[in-house]
Amino acid sequence: MLRLPKFELARPRSIDEAVALLVEAGPSAVVIAGGTDLVPNMKHELVTPELVVSLAAIPGLRGIQGQDDGTLEIGAMTTLSEVAADERVRARAPALAQAASLVAGPQLRAMGTLGGNVLLDTRCQWINQSYFWRSALGFCLKKDGSVCHVVAGGAKCVAAASNDSVPALMTLDAVLELEGPAGSAEVAIEDFWLADGICNKKLAPGTILTAVRIPPTAAGHRGAYGKLRERGSIDFPLLGIAVRLDLEGGAVARADLVVTALAAQPKRLEKAAELLLGTRPGSCDFDQAVEAAAALAYKQCKPLPNIPGDAQWRREMLPVYVRRSLRAAADGSGPVHHL
Amino acid sequence: MGARDLHGPGAPWGADFQVVGRPQRKVDGLAKATGQALYADDIALSGMLHAKTLRSPHAHARILAIDASAALALPGVHAVITGKDLPVRYGVIPWTQDENALAVDKVRFVGDPVAAVAAVDEDTANAALKLIRVEYEPLKAYLDPREALESDGPQIHAGKHGPTNLSKHVELSFGDLEQAFRQADLVVEEDYSFHGTTHTAIEPHCALAQVSADGLLTLWSSTQITHYVHRALAQVLQWPAQKIRVIQPCLGGAFGGKSDPFSLEFCVAKLAALSGRPVKMLWTREEVFYAHRGRHPMQMRYRTAASKDGRILGVDAQILIDGGAYSSYGLITTYYSGQLLTGPYDFPAYRFDSTRVFTNKPPCGPKRGHGSVQPRFAFEVQLDEVAQRLGIDPIEIRRRNFQGENTLTINGQRITSNGFLACLAEVERASGWKEKRGKLAFGRGLGVAGSMYISGTNYPVYPNPLPLSGVQLKVDRSGLVTVFTGGNDIGQGSNSVAAYLVAEELGLPVEHVRVVAADTDLCPVDLGAYSSRVTFMVGNAILDACRKLRRTIVLAVAEAWDVEPTRVRMLGGQVFDLEDPQRSIATAQAFQLAEARFDTLGATGSYKPPELGGDYRGGKIGAAPAYSFSAHVVECQVDLETGRVTVDRVWCAHDCGRALNPMLVAGQIEGSVYMGIAEALLEEHAVNRYGLHAGPSLLDYRIPTALDTPEIEALIVESIDPEGPYGAKEAGEGPLHSSIPALSNAIFDAVGVRLRHLPFTPARVLKALRQAGLPARAPLPAGARR
Repeated sequence: MLRLPKFELARPRSIDEAVALLVEAGPSAVVIAGGTDLVPNMKHELVTPELVVSLAAIPGLRGIQGQDDGTLEIGAMTTLSEVAADERVRARAPALAQAASLVAGPQLRAMGTLGGNVLLDTRCQWINQSYFWRSALGFCLKKDGSVCHVVAGGAKCVAAASNDSVPALMTLDAVLELEGPAGSAEVAIEDFWLADGICNKKLAPGTILTAVRIPPTAAGHRGAYGKLRERGSIDFPLLGIAVRLDLEGGAVARADLVVTALAAQPKRLEKAAELLLGTRPGSCDFDQAVEAAAALAYKQCKPLPNIPGDAQWRREMLPVYVRRSLRAAADGSGPVHHL
Repeated sequence: MGARDLHGPGAPWGADFQVVGRPQRKVDGLAKATGQALYADDIALSGMLHAKTLRSPHAHARILAIDASAALALPGVHAVITGKDLPVRYGVIPWTQDENALAVDKVRFVGDPVAAVAAVDEDTANAALKLIRVEYEPLKAYLDPREALESDGPQIHAGKHGPTNLSKHVELSFGDLEQAFRQADLVVEEDYSFHGTTHTAIEPHCALAQVSADGLLTLWSSTQITHYVHRALAQVLQWPAQKIRVIQPCLGGAFGGKSDPFSLEFCVAKLAALSGRPVKMLWTREEVFYAHRGRHPMQMRYRTAASKDGRILGVDAQILIDGGAYSSYGLITTYYSGQLLTGPYDFPAYRFDSTRVFTNKPPCGPKRGHGSVQPRFAFEVQLDEVAQRLGIDPIEIRRRNFQGENTLTINGQRITSNGFLACLAEVERASGWKEKRGKLAFGRGLGVAGSMYISGTNYPVYPNPLPLSGVQLKVDRSGLVTVFTGGNDIGQGSNSVAAYLVAEELGLPVEHVRVVAADTDLCPVDLGAYSSRVTFMVGNAILDACRKLRRTIVLAVAEAWDVEPTRVRMLGGQVFDLEDPQRSIATAQAFQLAEARFDTLGATGSYKPPELGGDYRGGKIGAAPAYSFSAHVVECQVDLETGRVTVDRVWCAHDCGRALNPMLVAGQIEGSVYMGIAEALLEEHAVNRYGLHAGPSLLDYRIPTALDTPEIEALIVESIDPEGPYGAKEAGEGPLHSSIPALSNAIFDAVGVRLRHLPFTPARVLKALRQAGLPARAPLPAGARR
């Protein structure tokens, strides 16, 4: 078995204490929630912290609050299986419930948290390997090296955003609640991302994600998540697509399409989504708009050979999964998965 | 020596079995289910050190210098060894010994072991590895077998006749092939390829060595071939074999991946000797992928000549085998790639030309269905094409070419029992073939394939005139019988089978039999768990020993009762008089009578198959005392938009001779189908453009989850073999073979596209669909055919 490198573990009992520990330790400290992403990355020596700050003993970080106006406030330590099973999430934010239900496998969803999935590190076939393997490769841009093995001569890391929950949260206009040395802050999840696979998040040092807030959705809200992967469980997405269709009087009043696992940050396909506005699911207009949106998605997205799998096939699956996810959202049959 | 007339189909008292043929628990089932079973890594000895291996980061390089002084100076490090400390080469096949425990002058793949460290704990050993300085001179690396064969650059091995990348070449021809192709009404010729796959046993390799004060070495190792490890240790360490004891603890799966002697076994032994402490090494999953010995990638060209009524007239095969960096079992693989195809069909003429080539990749070796799964894939897909082009039902063409029972194959292998027709009938019936075939919606299909496999191999890997399997029975006054066998239980249940057979022969409850296995100090030699040999050979040796022992017991009781011995019967833990069933004693009492009358009780037994095989060089490779037969029908659907193939159901009928425990046979069938379908759809053991393993983890090397596993219907066919114990043959490897071609044939039935190149990943299937001009989305009505 690969060994977990040695580290100090802190179990603060409050957010303030946790932030203070992180500020004091600086870059040599990391936060651990469920650990399902961090622990393998530590075993691969991708992250080599001296201090690991656990959020497990801090009260109030786990659980889902449904407010009267329909807002959902999901604590960052809420497990993915809890998110997937929650009736309020399933009703008000179906794309999120579906995405959470397809992360990894049952054991990992029981440990992994929503906050952890939002903050998941980017992934690449040339980085998520042991230290020995990476040293035999001569390392890469993301850690310990200076070349990119995905894009010849590439100067910017293109490791892929691989968090299933994020595209769903982006269609839901989610807000991230943060606590840091400068106090509380909120950031729209839309504005959280950077096009840099080394670190694709705008998270200031010493800052902790405490909750994810989802604004109310109307009765006509429809959503779905489509996940392309090799197996029926465990695997990270080869492609993830979240869709939102808000219906008013049977017609699409708002549409969103967000895709992930292409490049370092998730991508919102605004033009493709706009094509659906005003169409009525079940009508020819809608079907044609779905086709057009799928074709546009294909044009707009070029998956890189960053994560394992045939990149051209991943691209060809874009229109297929756009079509299937839009239809699934319209008729409430998501998630879209091959099983 | 076991007399042949003692074996065969029946118990001496007829077919009225008490234990055999009924579902029984595995003898170690509860221990495994409750976590009590001791695997190699569960063993901890006081003062034990932990060892780690330094591996080559280069695919091909000369070692110029190694400086381990800083590692040795690290506090907590007890010993560091390199190739110089273990210079003697080894290899499971005596003629191709090309491995060193640690690289001596060259490294041949990324992951080749270079040095080993023993330290107080794993972290210290890992830290020490980072302090070892190795100076390499990189050489041209060969990742493609054809390039390796044709290149005159620096060769991978020294070779007997100079440097070479050629591992083995075999060309054998039987019958008049030219005439066959002249007379043919139809010739189909195509290229096929089989990618590499690996075993992924859940337990990684682990070994622990201890040298006692009086200089005895004990090695506990997760091996499936205790006897060959014992011999290899003596050879490499240059220790007398009688001072070495090898024990196989409970094993967490092997599938052929633990049937070579491995670097870690020599390293822990040497490190234990140097440090004076017990030393354990447990490989990481990544290291298991480097040790590999999995299925060889093969590029195959097959040519089949057929008459218009579907008879096979001749088969001609050319096979290029990618061997990876070392020989391992490769000599046998090269023969098996041709020798094991000559059933269940009659081949009037046959030729194969197989070439195994060294490349700078993890070494290939035996994986479940060693050497014959790949050619079986190619040939059964080709046979399906013959049937299609001649307009013959694919099951019917297989029936028409059936070779029959008690026959000799074109290459000289003796076929005894052969239940292949019954296998075909079973899968035809169970799958609803006649009702469904040709009537399924476009995108859904049914495919069939058949196969044959050896039930044990007739000859040991090193030539000798000794029995292939021996057992010893020890009788306790309590009524307990302990059987000592060198056979390796690797999860297939061979220890359980040993207990069932002793219980059946001596009329004991299974729980009155204890099995001690795979300990070279305690157990007579058995050659180990490979080639599907253990149940067959250990089973026959047990019958031999039990019948000797039973005679003694029966004689003692008959004397005490003053009756003819033929009246005395052992059954249900009792010994009784057949003509006066009221007269009976407990078996324990009978044992005591016999011990008092004769002496301390015990018996030995052994098995050696008859001399078999063709009378030509290599004619004995592929010779087996019996052969198993299988047929598969696969039902699948193809998603035309994504290229994803979903296997809904697999029916596998397997002729195992006699099912000694039908539950275990069904388990072997299910496991085989699971593995075969996985190889076809998901798994690929590949190296990338740098020569690095493409993803040495269970995240990237994708074995199916329960969700990805089809419904499997295991159908047992019993042909009752005259040579096997109570008529039993193998069940562990045969039922894998035809699952893969049956899937390819089902895909053809579904969408009219012939897939000849594995694996059938969605990306590759989609490409093939597009090449065939299939529109991505054109659902046809049910029943419509292309």
